[in-house]
Order: sequence, then C-alpha cells, then structure tokens
Amino acid sequence: MDVTKISREFLDALLSGAAPVPAEGLAALRSHALERANALSVPTTRDEEWRFTDLAPLYRLALKRPLDDVPMPSGEAIAAWIAEEVPTRLVFVDGRFSPALSSALTAGRTPELTVTTLAAAMASADAVVQAHVGKLAGVDDDLFAAVNTAWLRDGVFIRAGRGAAGGTIHCLFLATQADVVQHPRVLVVAEEGAQVALVEDYVSLQEGAYCVNAVVEIAVGANARVRHVKVQRDSAKAFHLATTAVSVQRDGFYGNLAVTFGGRISRNNISIRQDGPGTEFELDGLAFIDGRSVADTHSFVDHAHPHGRSRQLHKCVVAGGAHAVFNGRILVREGAQKTDSTQENRSILLSDKAHVDTKPQLEIFADDVKCAHGATVGQLEAEEVFYLMTRGLSEGTARNLLTYGFAADIVNRIPIASIVKSLAARLLEHTGGQEIA
Amino acid sequence: MSNGAGRILLDVRGLCASVAGVPILKGIDFTVRAGEVHAIMGPNGSGKSTFSKVLAGHPSYEVTGGSAVFDGVDLLALSAEERARSGFFLSFQYPVEVPGVANAQFLRLAYNTVLGGRGRDELDPLEFDDFVREKMKLLEMDPAFLDRSVNTGFSGGEKKRNEILQMALLEPKLAFLDETDSGLDIDALRIVAQGVNHLRSADNAVVLVTHYQRLLNYIVPDFVHVMDGGRLVKTGGRELALELEARGYDWIGKQAA
Repeated sequence: MDVTKISREFLDALLSGAAPVPAEGLAALRSHALERANALSVPTTRDEEWRFTDLAPLYRLALKRPLDDVPMPSGEAIAAWIAEEVPTRLVFVDGRFSPALSSALTAGRTPELTVTTLAAAMASADAVVQAHVGKLAGVDDDLFAAVNTAWLRDGVFIRAGRGAAGGTIHCLFLATQADVVQHPRVLVVAEEGAQVALVEDYVSLQEGAYCVNAVVEIAVGANARVRHVKVQRDSAKAFHLATTAVSVQRDGFYGNLAVTFGGRISRNNISIRQDGPGTEFELDGLAFIDGRSVADTHSFVDHAHPHGRSRQLHKCVVAGGAHAVFNGRILVREGAQKTDSTQENRSILLSDKAHVDTKPQLEIFADDVKCAHGATVGQLEAEEVFYLMTRGLSEGTARNLLTYGFAADIVNRIPIASIVKSLAARLLEHTGGQEIA
Repeated sequence: MSNGAGRILLDVRGLCASVAGVPILKGIDFTVRAGEVHAIMGPNGSGKSTFSKVLAGHPSYEVTGGSAVFDGVDLLALSAEERARSGFFLSFQYPVEVPGVANAQFLRLAYNTVLGGRGRDELDPLEFDDFVREKMKLLEMDPAFLDRSVNTGFSGGEKKRNEILQMALLEPKLAFLDETDSGLDIDALRIVAQGVNHLRSADNAVVLVTHYQRLLNYIVPDFVHVMDGGRLVKTGGRELALELEARGYDWIGKQAA
C-alpha cells in the first residue's frame, strides 16, 4: 500500500469543500493556509515531531464533511455534559454552532466581556479578531493548523476587555456523526488586567470514528489571567488533533489543565510563549488511557524574557495496550534571566503491554536560571500498596485506590465542581468503582 | 497495669528475617499479653522498624526462621490485609502520602473493610462523617483533615495524629507504634499519647517502638526491651528506659557480649 498516495487522498478529502465564506480581512490568511496545506505533506513517523505516533490509521479513514441536514441532539441528550455552575455555554455539533443548545450569548455578560461566534465576529469585521486570528498558531509548518485555518468559518471568540473580572465560558464540542471531520476554532483575547476562564470540552454522542482538528489561540495581555481547562472525552475510535498556541505579555498568567481519555489517537500540541517579563505558566496534564489508545502531548514552553516562571506536571495512567507520549520542550532564550521552570512527567503502567515514551527537552541559553525536570515511569510504589494493605484493604483495592488518587490529583485541580465530579466518576469506573468509593 | 495474667496476644519465637538476602532479625523471642504496654528501644539500625514491618507483613522482608502466633493464629501465614483485619495494627514511622484520595474516603474504606469484616455495620459517608469527627476530637484534629488528600502536605505531627486516628477507628487488639514520637513537639506528643492511653484496655496491648525515652513519660510501659543487632538483648521495667537515656546504648552491647 502506498502511504503517500493514501495520505494525499486523505488530505484532498480534508480540504475538499474548504471554500471559505467571505469575511473581511481574513481572505488572505485563509488562502495562504490553503496554499500551505496543499504544499505540506502529511506527517509520518519519519518526522522527528511524530516519531512516536503513527497517524496511518487516520489516513486510512474516508472522512467527509459533516452533513448539515441532520437533526441536532436534544437538550436532554446533552444534559450529562452541562456544567450547571457555568452559565455561559457555547455548543457546537460536528463543528456547527447550535444556538438552541447554547446559552443566550448575553447570559452573564458584562460590557467588558464579549462571547460570540467567530462567524458573527468575522461578519462584522471585528478588528480584534482580525488582529489576532492566525497570529499565534502558525500555518507554515503545521499541516493540521493549516487545514483548520483554510477551513476557518466559525468557532468561539472571547474577548475580555481591560480589567474584565471573572467569567467562565464552557465550549462544548459534540460529535454526533461518524466518519466526519470537524475543525473547531477558538480565539481568546484577554486584555490588560482581565481575567477569564475557558473550558474546552470534547464529547461524543456516538461510538464511531471521526476526526477533530482543533486550533485554539489565546492572547494573554499584560497582567491578565487566563485559566484554560481542556477535557477530551471523545469516542474510543476518534482521532483528535489539537494545536493550542498561547502568548503571554508582561506579568500575565496562563494556566492550562488538560485531561484526555484518549480516543484512537489524540495529539495535543501546546505552545506557550512569553511575550514580556514576569509571566507565570502552569501546565497540568493527565492522560488516562486504555485499550489501544495513543495519547500524545507535545508541549513547548518558550521563556523569551526575564523573570518567567513555569510549572508543569504531566501524568499518564496507561492500561491495556495503550501508548502515551510526552514530549516536553522548554526553551530558555538568551536574556531570559531569572527564569524559574520545573517540569515533571509521571507515568504509571498498569499492564505489560502498556507503553510510555517520555522525552524532556531542555534548551537553556541563559546562565542565571533555575530549571528542574524529572520523569518517572513505572508501577505503583510497593510502599504505598503496603500501607493501604495494613489498613485492611486487599491488594487489588489498594492498587485501584492509588491509581484513582494518582489521576484524581490532576482532575481535582479543575475549578468547576460539576466537571470534577463527572470526571472523578469516570476515573472510578476504571479503578474498581463502588469498591473504592 | 499488667499482672502477667492477661491472655497471650502475641508470641514470637526465634524470629529471623532478611531483606535482599541480608539477615536483619536474628532470633527474636517476644511475648505480649492483653493489657500490657511494651517498649522496644535500641540504636538506629538495630532492627526495631524491621521487626514491626515483618509482623505487619511487608513484602520486602523474608522470614527465614521462627514463628509468630497472634491471638492463637499463625500470623506469618496471613497476608498484610488479613493481619490488619484480624486486629494487628502498625502505626508507620513515615506514613505514606496518597494524593488525590480524600482522607475521609480512605478512612471509611479502611473502617468498613476491617470492622465490617468483624460484623459491624458498614457506614455510609454521612454516618461515617459523624463517627470519625467524634474520634478526631480525641486527637484534637481539625475536621478539615477529612477533605484533604491522605497525609498529603500534612506536617510530621499531623501525619502521626492521623495514624492514631486510624488506630482509634480500627480498634486493633495489638498496636505497634513505630517511632510515633519522632519529630513531634511536646504538645503533639502529649496529644498523641493521650489518644493512645485512651484507647488502651484490658483486652488490647500496645508496643511502642522508639529511640527516645521521652514518649515513655506519657505512655508508661510495663516492660522495656532493648534491641541490638537484630536481637532483644535486655528486658527490664520502666527504669531501664531511664537508664538507657542516662547511659546510652553502648553499655548494653558490652554487657550482653
């Protein structure tokens, strides 16, 4: 079988119908992205950035555009995924915005906070959108970001104006059709001193294969604070490709907490760039996978200015024949003095066939910095299992409880109680259920 | 406290154990009767902690000889969880942190497993909450410790109180308290000791494994044993601990040799 030929056909299918709706000021971006998408070849394991993750099963799928004339799910069908304490909710069904399932776009709104669809913002030639979209997620070397950008027609646009306080926005991306590809797009612009939280949530209402190809861009202004939670609970057959690109200006804060339950293959590229001194980044990740899932996280923390702090903890719980990949790159550029950066990757393998590839990558070009990193891969600690057994728990229960705790430690950090509860229930299902509840 | 008439709870004869092929315990004889308090003292590396862990069923230690009968049952034939369920308790020198698991969840699971196994009603989260709060008062513990992850971020003293709280919940027949006093300030020591004293009865027994005499001012032992080189080399009353404090351990080895 000729992989090159298959992947070309795959790419043509991805791009077919990518005739952008006209929007003021974005035509050039989209046509450039289309040009790049046609010029780039699909990644294979021969590419350094993809050496652990083979996308061949994706390329063999015959993907098509989602149908527009299928009925939307009912509110009841999605009730389990609603975070009741978050009043502002945007729901996309197979990539299409659903006003009926979303909250009114004025709900919980203040004059400083804009939450709307990218389509609406583009239609009114919103200057902030034009100034930011496509600026962070480069399309020149990233095929999937290029395809997403070539397709750009709708998505989420959040703008927190100067000093805007609080506000959490839940973006729910539902998959209801099999064999389709959706291209979610999110743009968040937090201006000076603003504070906003984004929950990016991927859910499937069916069990078939599909592909999510998402791009999220977040511009954090000076002294602004953005918390970003990503929950990926696609179907077991889904392919999930995501690019998250963030820039943070002077004294800004960006926190990313990403939980993935896999899918057939998931790939999360997260890049965070320091655009001024004194910034703070927090990255917490959990891959909790089973079966033959592949969950790949590639993060890139770019310390380009002095006094930047970053803390990263990425955990993997790998069962069955699943495979987790973590590639954590930290770059401290020349002049980024007083950088304080830590990175930790901890993985637990629950079966003989489970597999982890971990690759910390520190590149330090400044001389007055603190950088620490560590990676552990293994089974549960014998001392921990023994401790619980001396309290009467059977070895199986002890192992389940420790595995649950290892994962819940990340999930518990999500600041939205109903989402924590729902994810904790999912962790419990895989760690003995009522036996440890 | 002891008149030597209580039933025998633990009878250890000639116990030998090794870790990774290295012999640590070299023939221990040790008997505990109901109602008694014993202290096992000794220098670092004498085998005190190993003795506790071997009795609790730690998988890293291999028993190479001897026997241990616990309330009529062959203790060494039981798995660690069976020992716990049958009433043997070990308070850890270094309690393990379990991030992500709420202390309340862990304590309730342990309680329901151990006491449920003895025919006591299992408690649901609400019932358990009332029950454990009463026990926490004994140790002057803030109920906030129920919501925190097991031992995670606890100070040394908080961890030890949490151990004694587990002892209070699991109602063991025999409790080994391994270095429960090390690293505690006087206030914490007093609270922990009060808790232990409160839990003592004519039907159970406590073995204090300690490096320091100080704890014995608060929990008064009937017998003091000195361990050295993997053996109990001397046994005496409470005054032996005071002598050890005054003279150190060196003279014991010489005398025994």
